Amino acid sequence: MTMNSKRRGITQAIAAVAIGAGVAGASPAALAQKQYGPGVTDKEIKIGNVMPYSGPASVYGAIGKAAAGYYQMINEQGGINGRRINFISLDDGYSPPKTLEQTRKLVEQENVLALVTTLGTPTNSAIHKYVNQRKVPHLFIATGATKWGDPKGHPWTMGFQPSYQPEAKIYAQHILETKPNAKIAVLYQNDDYGKDYLKGFEDGLGDKAKTMIISKVSYEVTDPTIDSQMVQMKASGADTFFNITIPKFAAMAIKKAAEIGWKPTHYLNSVSNSVGATMIPAGLENGVGIITGLYWKEPEDPDFANDKAILDYFAFMKKYLPQADTKDLNYLYGYSNAMTVVEVLKRCGDNLTRENVMKQAAGLKNFNVPTLIPGIDITTGDDDFFPIERMQPARFDGKRWVRFGKVLGR
Amino acid sequence: MEAFLLQVLSGVTNGGIYAAVGLALVMIYQSTHHINFAQGEMATFATYIAWALIQVGLPYWIAFAATLVIAFAGGVALQRIILRPVEKAPVLTNVIVFIGLLVIFNAVSGMLFDHTIKVFPSPFPKEGMLISKYFSGHQLGSTLVTLTVLVCIFSFLRFTPIGLAMRAAALNPDSARLVGIKVSWMLAIGWGFAAAVGSVAGMMVAPIVFLDPNMMSGILLYGFAAALLGGIDNPWGSVVGGLIVGVLENLLGAYVIGTELKLTVALVLIVAILTIKPDGLFGKTVVTRV
Amino acid sequence: MNQLNRWPVWVIFGLGLLLLPFLIKDFRVFQLSLMLIYAIALLGLNILTGYGGQISLGHGAFYAIGGYCAAILMDRFGLPYMATIPVAAAVCFVAGILMGFPALRLGGHYLALATFALALAMPQLLKFKHFESFTGGVQGIILMKPTPPIEFSLFGQPLSEDRWLYFMVLAVTVIMFVIARNLLEGRIGRAIVAVRDQPIAAGALGVNLAVTKTITFGVSAAFTGVAGALGAITVAFVAPDSFNVFLSISFLVGVVVGGLASIPGAIFGAAFIQFVPNIADQISKSAPWAVYGVFLIALMYLAPNGIMGIINRRRRST
Repeated sequence: MTMNSKRRGITQAIAAVAIGAGVAGASPAALAQKQYGPGVTDKEIKIGNVMPYSGPASVYGAIGKAAAGYYQMINEQGGINGRRINFISLDDGYSPPKTLEQTRKLVEQENVLALVTTLGTPTNSAIHKYVNQRKVPHLFIATGATKWGDPKGHPWTMGFQPSYQPEAKIYAQHILETKPNAKIAVLYQNDDYGKDYLKGFEDGLGDKAKTMIISKVSYEVTDPTIDSQMVQMKASGADTFFNITIPKFAAMAIKKAAEIGWKPTHYLNSVSNSVGATMIPAGLENGVGIITGLYWKEPEDPDFANDKAILDYFAFMKKYLPQADTKDLNYLYGYSNAMTVVEVLKRCGDNLTRENVMKQAAGLKNFNVPTLIPGIDITTGDDDFFPIERMQPARFDGKRWVRFGKVLGR
Repeated sequence: MEAFLLQVLSGVTNGGIYAAVGLALVMIYQSTHHINFAQGEMATFATYIAWALIQVGLPYWIAFAATLVIAFAGGVALQRIILRPVEKAPVLTNVIVFIGLLVIFNAVSGMLFDHTIKVFPSPFPKEGMLISKYFSGHQLGSTLVTLTVLVCIFSFLRFTPIGLAMRAAALNPDSARLVGIKVSWMLAIGWGFAAAVGSVAGMMVAPIVFLDPNMMSGILLYGFAAALLGGIDNPWGSVVGGLIVGVLENLLGAYVIGTELKLTVALVLIVAILTIKPDGLFGKTVVTRV
Repeated sequence: MNQLNRWPVWVIFGLGLLLLPFLIKDFRVFQLSLMLIYAIALLGLNILTGYGGQISLGHGAFYAIGGYCAAILMDRFGLPYMATIPVAAAVCFVAGILMGFPALRLGGHYLALATFALALAMPQLLKFKHFESFTGGVQGIILMKPTPPIEFSLFGQPLSEDRWLYFMVLAVTVIMFVIARNLLEGRIGRAIVAVRDQPIAAGALGVNLAVTKTITFGVSAAFTGVAGALGAITVAFVAPDSFNVFLSISFLVGVVVGGLASIPGAIFGAAFIQFVPNIADQISKSAPWAVYGVFLIALMYLAPNGIMGIINRRRRST
């Protein structure tokens, strides 16, 4: 009996080993499967980006620089699953034909796995059809235009920040609730960004838009000052002001309003609510009472002085971008955007095909980016291509943005 | 009524900015007969130098004076080193060299000082006797400075021997050489002065529009328009031209056409005025002998 | 020893142009097409500035008008892309003539300002809300890229959309160059140059100055408008931001770099403005435009009359 059970034991052991070896040998794919799309090797992942490092929108080049610094930091920490990130970022000068040319270079010559963080609406519009035809992931693009969250029509393109129209609707809602007889003046930049916000605002006011908005003035990015527009709006008798301007002009607007003695209820779009880039140049005392929608933790905010995410951010900036002006929120944006890209690539594991990248990007559920204020995280789904959708209203008290109410949005 | 007055006055402020840039353009033109497209970027770069000096701790007016000197030296060096080789080349070749300088200064400003907007201090007090909500301290102060610069330039060119020599060198280099004027050096000095005037314009403008590498790109066209409207060879003309452009643009935007077409209409009007008076409002008509 | 007149050289050159797209990647073919398009635009500007002596800092505006013509006709009216080109040429011819009228009164710097103003105003006009139903406003117009009507392969590479477009652009380029040559070497060309060099003498000899100058503007604008239309078709997108002031400045740079008053110069100028920014980008990541500026200035030192200036000097000395 002992001999038989011993033999059975050995036979079983041999069988087990044989089966195990057979399984391992017969289907190596199932266990250690590596699937690579373009631009991926065992050692490297290539991703591409186009940014306006020159030209009228060069201030946003900071986003690309911060992202590049972040990828460098990840590489120094060992990379993603052992692979280093090769981040190729090209300049387009904010000119759509150039954006197309650089994008084609990245896709057809550099063979990047994905395009990330590309900036601007007309520039992204120029490549929108191309990337979807070529099935290249076009992720976390740096623009809030509402049209980027279109999974049915353009399954390869995904936005990042809260889009402009829903944000404007939040402000419209607030006005209807708190000041239903308001006389509103709107200052908007005469381009896609300004008009997208304006549309959301008017839609949010609904039928009352025509009667409530008594003054609508625009400006061009090339205008030296907007003094004339400010005077015009004050003269209209408006008591509420929706300010759709980029930081430089927002600062001018706040300063001028104070100078001419106009004190409306002031709603400031989130593109320009950075304390460092807008409120300080405007004069902190001039900004008291301004309302905005917040989603980033403001680095200058004393409330976050000991917040780990902000301390990490400052350490990062000091090491990788020592000359940069940390008060510029664009750097925080690029840092956070890169963090999200890294998360998606990490989740791909060894399956680094373009399809899987897209799948992981569309599968982020409550991913916490620590630089977002508490209550806001990144969620995407097969029909939800808006990663960050929530904001919290906040009011400026002369030093910082004080959040009030609840986090709004999906 | 108050709104109208405010529009006119903010137009005057803008106009002052355009006039300051226009003055630098006139200065260059009077001494070299070239329009310097790089003027705006040179002014921005000089303003960055001033900003850096203030950041290091120098008091405002010392930094101001230092910047003037640095700008002057820089302008002279620019002419001697970069522009001299193309002195005898066709006009358009020079224009392309200016464009090259334009992109170089713009790129270097961005590279050294990054693209985030910076606050540039104003040396003028915020409160005072003349100051009400119609004029800010800075508007009055910068207008004063611009006028002072204007008077200095005008007197220099008109009443000093060097000024005369500069004008002669620009008008007729060959004859000027015959009477012993060192034409090349006159050109260099002209560039030095223009760079200095440009730096003043930059330092007066920056507190209003904030300092970034593209600060002057919008303004240059208007400065150009101001200089030409007033007559490219007339410093007073550029001041008047600047004021007209500034006020016109504001009034058009506020009362006539709305802000969406403001720029277009302002430009159409400028072109229309030039069509009626092709040498500018105060320019001298150049008559060519057959 | 004018070797360029020997026809075998031309045949080989022509064959090279026809075979080239199958030897390089699609994306490079796309860049080549853009270069040819710029060459047509520069040819237009050269007619006005090089031959006609009237400076224009605003030809980007005519490029924009041509581009939007093509886009609107294709997108809103369903016209086939080939048909948009003559329409763009006609519309820009009229626009050029309209611009030519005030140009009669303005000279030198004043004309430069006026044309600069045109270039600056164009984006604002294109964004104007009352035109939005045609122009698409700030969003611009997205177009369909033309598909090749036939299928074949050469050297293992198929006739892709880019290659088909290249051939179309090449054909138009050749046609435009031939038109330019016939125009400029004929009576009209001589009149244009006479008006530039000796306007008073030309007037005395019976050349109608006003008509000549205005027609020069019109023809010049038409050429650049054709380029603009081709540009819109190749990039398959137009937006106001595509046509900023820097485009107009680049055109002027291209014309001077290539060589004023020279037809082949347009090709060199186009190659410069298309490829040198990319080269500069590879040399310096932090300040590529500074490198571009240095290239520009260096070129002006070495070749004050443009690249054709150097070639002509060589030819004359042999």
